[in-house]
Amino acid sequence: MMKTKSIALGMALAAGTFAASNVMAATTLENVKEKGHVQCGVTNGLPGFSQPDSEGNWTGIDVDTCRAIGAAIFGDAKHVEFTPLTAKERFTALQSGEIDVLSRNTTWTLTRDASLGLNFAGVNYYDGQGFMVNKDIGVSDATELDGATVCIQSGTTTELNLSDYFRAKGMEFKPIVFDTSEQTVQGFSAGRCDVLTSDRSQLAALRSKLADPSSAIILPNTISKEPLGPVVRQGDDQWFNLVKWVLNVQINAEELGVSSENVDDMLKSDNPNIQRLLGSDGNLGEMLGLQHDFGYQVIKHVGNYGEMYERNVGPNTPLGLDRGVNNLWNNGGVLYAPPVR
Amino acid sequence: MKTETITQANGSKPAGPKPWYDPRVRSIFFQIVAIALVFWGGWTLVDNTLSNMESRGISTGFGFLEESAGFGIIMSLVPYDATMSYGRTFLVGLTNTLLVSAMGVVAATILGFIIGVARLSSNWLVAKLALVYVEVIRNIPLLLQIFFWYFAVLAALPSPRQSVEVGGSAFLNNRGLYVPDPVTQDGFGLVWGAIAVAIAAVIGLRIWAKKRQLATGKIFPTFKVGVSILVLLPVLAYFVAGSPLEWDVPALKGFNFRGGITIIPELAALWLALSLYTASFIAEIVRSGILSVSKGQTEASKALGLPNSLTLRLVVIPQAMRVIIPPLTSQYLNLVKNSSLATAIGYPDLVAVFMGTTLNQTGQAVEVVAITMAVYLTISLLISLFMNIYNRAVAIKER
Ligand SMILES: N[C@@H](CCC(=O)N[C@@H](CS)C(=O)NCC(=O)O)C(=O)O
Repeated sequence: MMKTKSIALGMALAAGTFAASNVMAATTLENVKEKGHVQCGVTNGLPGFSQPDSEGNWTGIDVDTCRAIGAAIFGDAKHVEFTPLTAKERFTALQSGEIDVLSRNTTWTLTRDASLGLNFAGVNYYDGQGFMVNKDIGVSDATELDGATVCIQSGTTTELNLSDYFRAKGMEFKPIVFDTSEQTVQGFSAGRCDVLTSDRSQLAALRSKLADPSSAIILPNTISKEPLGPVVRQGDDQWFNLVKWVLNVQINAEELGVSSENVDDMLKSDNPNIQRLLGSDGNLGEMLGLQHDFGYQVIKHVGNYGEMYERNVGPNTPLGLDRGVNNLWNNGGVLYAPPVR
Repeated sequence: MKTETITQANGSKPAGPKPWYDPRVRSIFFQIVAIALVFWGGWTLVDNTLSNMESRGISTGFGFLEESAGFGIIMSLVPYDATMSYGRTFLVGLTNTLLVSAMGVVAATILGFIIGVARLSSNWLVAKLALVYVEVIRNIPLLLQIFFWYFAVLAALPSPRQSVEVGGSAFLNNRGLYVPDPVTQDGFGLVWGAIAVAIAAVIGLRIWAKKRQLATGKIFPTFKVGVSILVLLPVLAYFVAGSPLEWDVPALKGFNFRGGITIIPELAALWLALSLYTASFIAEIVRSGILSVSKGQTEASKALGLPNSLTLRLVVIPQAMRVIIPPLTSQYLNLVKNSSLATAIGYPDLVAVFMGTTLNQTGQAVEVVAITMAVYLTISLLISLFMNIYNRAVAIKER
């Protein structure tokens, strides 16, 4: 099943790259406008990031990142469609043109940026890798994990970090590699492994999926940097700029105190930064190939970064994650968006 | 040939036609053109894909096979660790695929033959049980069966600390079956030598016994004597050489067992599911093969006084084989291809390791998928080849 999908994607990639030479390719933005929606690659279901409910409505911070792009182009948040992808399938899906943007908790690394023909358009969540262990094994720190069996998802940075970490510490481990996070959790709860490893943001959510959440604990260690963000194809700078600046607009809006609730009032603001942001003055949007008020549409329909965070992963959600490093630079975090001007 | 005769027969152009009027020349010409077109088409496809990938900034080429892989693999028949190359991960995946396929083919064949014969049993209960087996197993999707065995097996097994001890030195828990690993010491060469000698002796014995039977009609118990030679000679050599074998016995260290050989539950579950599933198809093939042998053959054999077992072995099965081999081949091919469902339960086969992790870490989808497809194609062609050779050996020889 997985195999056929990968082969199909591989062939699509080969065919796509073949065909593209003969046709003068239209830009991604033109294609999106013609289709009438943004095709967005997400996970099969990962609480807080991208998760469908029983009616097929998607929620999550990665989903909202896509909705914001849709809002910037179409003036509402409805013109987005989602393609669920496993970690293994995601890059091929983007390369082959099956999706327009990949927003699937994807870590920005040099190899991915430089060798896949892709560009990372920013970071919408700063994460790091952690461990969840079965309480029975009596471990309270990752340095005690020598000899552990570890459940892990295929095609992730997690797979490489794990091996690096154990090697650096001179410890042994046995990896059990699954395709989806659901299978990974199942393997862990069936007792196949002592440890489950993934991006920290996920551990709490995965733990809550266990039949008995108190049977597992999350270790304090963070063993890697995982800046997650939206990815686009290399070679279409207009689209790259668009995706990059939609995210920057959301971060700047939070910094300027503009939210989905007050955005209509803010249209009358005489702060020139806000006027440029919302398009009540100037035509910055047109430089991106958009309407002058794209910033207004993004904030109106999706909200600023802080709203997006609180709604999906913040302290009042099941994930319950503190802002931490994901706070604004002037608030103790590392979010520092270039100015909209 | 035909053309020549016609030309000569009507004799109108003794000098022969101009080459472009000669149908033979023409057909060769068009075949060459067709082949050239196919090659040109293939080449443009490859060339275009490569240059387009380059212009899109996607790395191409096979250089990645030498880069170090950096990820761990749970099970490997060849030495492997994370510092080795992606080329090595290919080898690990390939050998794991071959292992589970070979184990599956053997088990499915044995089981399939037993059940196929049982289907025709005159014992009502045996025949019905075999029927139920076939109908149930072959009508449930294989993926579900793999999941079932995997999680059923895992759920039934205890955690490492509560391991079931088998015979004092083997342990069974939800991490796998841990058995002692034989480590050969100096002098084990003698045992290998004895094994080689024993095999040669048995082959010689067989040839001699057959000749003697043809000449004198006396039957020699080749099977019993052969097995004795195969067992006794190496055992003798083993003791002569002073028992040059030590056992690496697994032991609980920390929270897992270390040492020995581990048969991981992923392998067990996949093997079980593949064997049981394919056996249900093989059983039907065997049944139809046996039914295709006309009743007269059995009756004639009985009239000659051959007992049931010999009738089956010497008369029915050899004739049934001719019907069985071709569809059996395609079942073997299916089994090998189905083994790629391994990814679902984390067994590190070629698709999981190479087309999964390696593809994703290097991003070289076109190369990796092409290599993987070539491997499956090669395995399938090899199986077909061997089965065809075997088929030719058992086919009716027209004299
Ligand atoms: N950030 C890492 C990991 C991404 C990843 O795939 N994470 C897993 C769990 S930590 C996931 O999202 N699984 C959901 C799914 O497969 O649908 C990467 O980019 O490689």
